[in-house]
Amino acid sequence: MIQAKLTPGVVPGRLTPEDYVRNFADVAPPLDPHEARVAADRCYFCHDAPCITACPTAIDIPLFIRQIATGTPDAAAMTIFHANILGGMCARVCPTENLCEGACVRMDAEGKPVEIGALQRYATDGMLDAPHPFKRGAPTGNRVAVVGAGPAGLSAAHRLAAKGHDVVIFEAREKPGGLNEYGIASYKTVDGFAQAEVDWLMGIGGIELREGQRLGQQITLDALRGKFDAVFLGMGLGGVNALRAAGEDRDHVTDAVSFIRDLRQSTDLSTLPIGRDVVVIGGGMTAVDAAVQARLLGAETVTIVYRRGQDRMGASLHEQAHATSSGVRIIHNAAPVAVHGNGAVAEIEFAYLTDGPHGLTPTGERFRLKADQVFRAIGQRLDGAPEDIALDGGKIAVSDAGRTSLDGVWAGGDCATGGDDLTVTAVAQGRDAAEDIHRRLDAKN
Amino acid sequence: MADLSSNFVGIKSPNPFWLASAPPTDKEYNVRRAFQAGWGGVVWKTLGAEGPPVVNVNGPRYGVIHGADRRVLGINNIELITDRPLEVNLREIKAVKRDYPDRALVISLMVPCDEDSWRTILKQIEDTGADGVELNFGCPHGMSERGMGSAVGQVPEYIEMVTRWVKQYSRMPCIVKLTPNITDVRKPAEAAKRGGADAVSLINTINSITSVDLDLFAPEPTIDGKGAHGGYCGPAVKPIALNMVAEIARSVETRGLPISGIGGVTTWRDAAEFMALGAGNVQVCTAAMTYGFKVVQEMITGLHDYLDSHDMALSDLIGRAVPNVTDWNQLNLNYVTKAVIDQDLCIKCGRCYAACEDTSHQAIAMKPGRVFEVIEEECVACNLCLDVCPVENCITMRELAPGELDKRTGLRRSDYANWTTHPNNPMAKAAE
Repeated sequence: MIQAKLTPGVVPGRLTPEDYVRNFADVAPPLDPHEARVAADRCYFCHDAPCITACPTAIDIPLFIRQIATGTPDAAAMTIFHANILGGMCARVCPTENLCEGACVRMDAEGKPVEIGALQRYATDGMLDAPHPFKRGAPTGNRVAVVGAGPAGLSAAHRLAAKGHDVVIFEAREKPGGLNEYGIASYKTVDGFAQAEVDWLMGIGGIELREGQRLGQQITLDALRGKFDAVFLGMGLGGVNALRAAGEDRDHVTDAVSFIRDLRQSTDLSTLPIGRDVVVIGGGMTAVDAAVQARLLGAETVTIVYRRGQDRMGASLHEQAHATSSGVRIIHNAAPVAVHGNGAVAEIEFAYLTDGPHGLTPTGERFRLKADQVFRAIGQRLDGAPEDIALDGGKIAVSDAGRTSLDGVWAGGDCATGGDDLTVTAVAQGRDAAEDIHRRLDAKN
Repeated sequence: MADLSSNFVGIKSPNPFWLASAPPTDKEYNVRRAFQAGWGGVVWKTLGAEGPPVVNVNGPRYGVIHGADRRVLGINNIELITDRPLEVNLREIKAVKRDYPDRALVISLMVPCDEDSWRTILKQIEDTGADGVELNFGCPHGMSERGMGSAVGQVPEYIEMVTRWVKQYSRMPCIVKLTPNITDVRKPAEAAKRGGADAVSLINTINSITSVDLDLFAPEPTIDGKGAHGGYCGPAVKPIALNMVAEIARSVETRGLPISGIGGVTTWRDAAEFMALGAGNVQVCTAAMTYGFKVVQEMITGLHDYLDSHDMALSDLIGRAVPNVTDWNQLNLNYVTKAVIDQDLCIKCGRCYAACEDTSHQAIAMKPGRVFEVIEEECVACNLCLDVCPVENCITMRELAPGELDKRTGLRRSDYANWTTHPNNPMAKAAE
């Protein structure tokens, strides 16, 4: 039954069926061919282009845009895929205003960059319906284990398979894709795109996917090292940081990543319960994805509370603007100190902070927000790292294209040090580790 | 406000913007709309001799070259002269002229190359009250295969002969429309002058194949799998037209012969450029076919503003740039400029660097932080960096002061000297 929008508590079905469809439609619909030509024509084809430098996977952006402009979008797609096999997902989820589009010289010229992300989507969308375009190299006889079927693992696996190695991916969950499948707002990747992209990627052949295989449970690093010629670890960050606020064990105080995951896996959004007054703690992309989707599910008020100033937020300005235009309020410089309520959360209490040379210090002023649902989005951490591998700052320490402290073991993506925790960075790290693994195995043979 | 009224070889019009003989001027309905929109004059689409009218193809008549966002840069056409009965055209011309006595109405003609044909049609035109005739010696397709159009325009003797007939059998002003599909446009212009023409108009369209269908392997526009060359016009042909107008304007033999400038006039500025190079008025087609008749309103206000801001009368503009059109051998070889990049305006795209480094003189340095600087020791002032720079006025050319050292040649800038006296010229005349 349809609940009134103002029904208190955490309830499903706040919206009409039409509202759910409309709210969770593609947030950035694809360009049509004419729009793409017009957008492509704005590219200046810069020398040694700054957008390439700004892309963690170093896609030759001016070239692929020129290929679109000349009516060969499939050639454009291949330019993208050679550098970034998950170019379709990156086109949807990259914070382009901080990367390629932020570096576009048109920002200097007029404050409006070439729409690189949208053009990348235009090019790659057409190719994903076609047969897989890459061919495998001659078989090497080497076997490589990849732990985690997220962006890093998939990127590594594809590059390794292309080189002729046989790859087995061990994925803890029931579906591949990692954060692409479980961790990104659904309006950014509609119509099952994440799985379609994985299926397309696997089309290269030579990659075996084993689901339900969690490192430390069904499999161990020692066993993998014994059975495989090389191991790539790309299992991401499984743990979620705690609030360290009194009362955070009250009902309806949960992790934003779980909320996003459940929403992505839901086949009927009207069955998903959502609070009337929702508070999200954190300042990154996950906080924004959770907050916006809470609004889209029918929450009356949604507030993001971030402990530092706006300039320190992990979410890009574009994401922040998307949140506020979706009706999300963002409060800066405040951290939760207590979760109040009788059984379930009813209010959450915050302390205002100043961000000074000695770190964050309370101003002494406090306030409370009405909340019947609270999402934690204050970062994730590596859970269950293999015991004898060297860590740095809680992540697997890597150097030189993903080499870990253990011989024959590489790592990349969010579980490893280096780079921002972005899909595109994970793709680059997986790709580069694969190249390094290939060089190593090639030298051995 | 500057007075835009025009008197071209005795034909008066409230402004110098005429519609060229072409599809937009094929019939009364269109011409009335044009006059209502403000066009100063119309050259009625070419009439042929009495008898069964010509027929057109029933497939595409036009091919187009698009720029960004499908902006029309050039149109090619394979349409022939009017395919409506002569008597209908004559009746309509008379009716329009009666209602618009203040506008110029000139009739384009193309009949077989015999005296009788011309004598007959001229009489019929005079009866309409039209202001003058334009002899279509330019159409490069279809009619030329039948010995008319550019087939006449490519033989100066024919031009002279027919022009002479026209002047003999008619008191109307006679404008001879020239084809650009020749090697030296001065020769047909001279022939027209010898024949007594009051003016020439140019250019007609340029022989062209717009594009090739890479699936059908046929030129476009394609008629049932085949294509014939058409006539190209629009903004893309303007530079060619400007040169041809200037050649006639500055030639000793044709100097002073009135010119009606045609070829890619799209804005007031295009019109002003044609007129500065000697055109007494301009004729427009593609701009109207692309945007409709209303474009003339921008041309009128733009030319007004330009003349007012320069405190010029329309007559001051006509031919004003002609004395500065010269031969290469008269250019000052001691005039030296160097490219200057405004670092505040630079958006660091590096196009100047790529162009200079790959295709020119390696005269731009790319420094850390994507700072691009001109190396004066290498800069030959070719201008390419400025041309490819996407930011207006970011790159400019600085003229060296007299006596200033040119770091590339090691020479100080000296007084005017051209190729005719240059020591490297084996034909050089000794400097005085």
